[in-house]
Amino acid sequence: MKSSTTKRTKPRSVLPGFGLSLGFTIFYLSVLVIIPLAGIFVKTSGLTPEQFWHTVSNPRVIASYKVSFLTSFYAALANLVFGLIIAWVLVRYRFPGKKLIDSLIDMPFALPTAVAGISLTAIYAPNGWVGKLVEPLGLKIAFTPLGITLALIFIGLPFVVRTVQPVLQDLDNEVEEAAVMLGAFRLRTFRRVILPELIPALLTGFALAFARGIGEYGSVVFISGNMPMKTEIAPLLIMTKLEQYDYKGATAIAMVMLIVSFILLLLINYLQWRSNRRVVTA
Amino acid sequence: MKKRNANPLYALLIFIVFSLALTACGWDQDPPNNANASSNSNNKASNNSTSGNTTTATNDATSDTNTDNSANAAPEATGPVELLNVSYDPTRELYAAYNKLFAAYWKQEHNQEVTIKQSHAGSGAQSRAVIDGLQADVVTLALGYDIDAIADKGLIDKGWQQKFDNNSSPYTSTIVFLVRKGNPKGIKDWNDLIKPGVQVITPNPKTSGGARWNYLAAWGYAMKQNNDDEDKAKEFVSKLFKNVPVLDSGARGSTTTFVEKGIGDVLLAWENEALLSVKELGADKFDIVYPSISILAEPPVAVVDKNVDKKGTRAVAEAYLDYLYTEEAQKLVAQNYYRPQLLSVAEQFADQFPDIPMLNIDDDFGGWAQAQKKHFADGGVFDQIYAPGS
Repeated sequence: MKSSTTKRTKPRSVLPGFGLSLGFTIFYLSVLVIIPLAGIFVKTSGLTPEQFWHTVSNPRVIASYKVSFLTSFYAALANLVFGLIIAWVLVRYRFPGKKLIDSLIDMPFALPTAVAGISLTAIYAPNGWVGKLVEPLGLKIAFTPLGITLALIFIGLPFVVRTVQPVLQDLDNEVEEAAVMLGAFRLRTFRRVILPELIPALLTGFALAFARGIGEYGSVVFISGNMPMKTEIAPLLIMTKLEQYDYKGATAIAMVMLIVSFILLLLINYLQWRSNRRVVTA
Repeated sequence: MKKRNANPLYALLIFIVFSLALTACGWDQDPPNNANASSNSNNKASNNSTSGNTTTATNDATSDTNTDNSANAAPEATGPVELLNVSYDPTRELYAAYNKLFAAYWKQEHNQEVTIKQSHAGSGAQSRAVIDGLQADVVTLALGYDIDAIADKGLIDKGWQQKFDNNSSPYTSTIVFLVRKGNPKGIKDWNDLIKPGVQVITPNPKTSGGARWNYLAAWGYAMKQNNDDEDKAKEFVSKLFKNVPVLDSGARGSTTTFVEKGIGDVLLAWENEALLSVKELGADKFDIVYPSISILAEPPVAVVDKNVDKKGTRAVAEAYLDYLYTEEAQKLVAQNYYRPQLLSVAEQFADQFPDIPMLNIDDDFGGWAQAQKKHFADGGVFDQIYAPGS
């Protein structure tokens, strides 16, 4: 019979079949992601549209969105550039202590964010180790948006490095050699041959670092100084609402953040998909 | 070949069986603690700190109680009982000591072993944890407002504040200034805090219970200075908060900012935190300044009625809070830098707690509900200080 022949030719999967694993995937995602997120929407629906608008369009709340999204964006941008350099060095060169540096990259993942926040603050505060050096130059780091960006760079670093590294590792040396043989030198080889291959990975890393930064609370709350209108981040305002037992207001702000970050991530994914296609077709 | 493919699955299976087996034979020696941790994990956001902090402080007290069964065996003796005391951050040391004292007393009086578990975090976060299902027998929080929030959900009967003496506050505290040694900026009173160039460290009243006492003390001072002129008072607190360079989210955070990082000229702090800082870090680094007027901070206690009725722990939970008012407990309270309510003990510790005029939340601010609404609710006076353009 037809079906039996197709079944026989189908390669047997190592793990139990598609039905079971998809079922598990959906169950797992529901319990851990979809239901809690739906809870946010349900809680928020207790507000009338006017109340909702009043909560989320409060000038202080708007200012906090700006702080959260802008500092996350700048931090992700910094990670994009310097993460690429770090990945490059780790893949292309051999030097003593390389293994050590390679494992250091993951430290921000393992360190409790509050510990990171406190130690960064201690170093960059006006009387801290680095803060003392830059203060005469009129540069303040801790308790300014710059400090928040710094904390977010710290926690976002592994994302770019770890997504770019494997792609760079798999890159065929021969393509590069061919480009050089055909007369393309350094910058051109990089721009026309290496970079297009890396762009999807870079965008993924950027998106991950950006998304992480938007929701980050623990490390930022110590270095930001939490001054309303200036360095107050949106997650702190959510905590503030909770502290006043205003669950609905808190979820309203959370919902706006969710929607905005979802749109941004969708946009980044779309860019990634496009650049992926370009690489394939080119 | 085939076997090798299946290896990861076997490993997973073995791991699952292993962990099940561990759970079954009581790897977690403390079932109630386990239940408490799991109920914690149900709470959204911030509450994860509670499960981490739930300490088993009194375990050592129970270990030696098995030995003397012969002496004064009271007839009502039943099986061991366990209480969960949900409290706020700075009371950790106090209750660690008090729990031992109470367990010994209860053993002697009722021949029953009692173990008290402690849970500490920010006062508001703790209150939310109880609302969300943390099975607390008693709550000992920083403000009446946080207990009111639990009562509003029906977990605690109305009128809880009249159940125990002194407004259900077995100990009090006040707000003082902690300054650097020698007081280089010459800070003596509240009006020194609004001078240009003075950096004041206080947590955010919207996120910290302690900071609400700070804020109200400043407001009360300004009202007294300006013949109850609210506009002047608003101007005063707004000037004060302009001098705040860092607005930490909790009281311990502010203490760290001031003490460890060396930021700011003056820290507005609970008297017990200030005394503790001076004791821990040496009197050569900080001075405590008592302003001309401060506020009577009353951290209240309450039995969580719904929970104790369900667990059948009402008698011991009520005794636990009642015993806080006895002489032994009051001494312990004073040793942990809280002001005792019992006069005889207060006299012994008179040097530690100077007498200063204090405002009172009920008389001067019309109670917590009103103070909260006026000052700290969205759009209240505190928000107006930070409104754009001001």
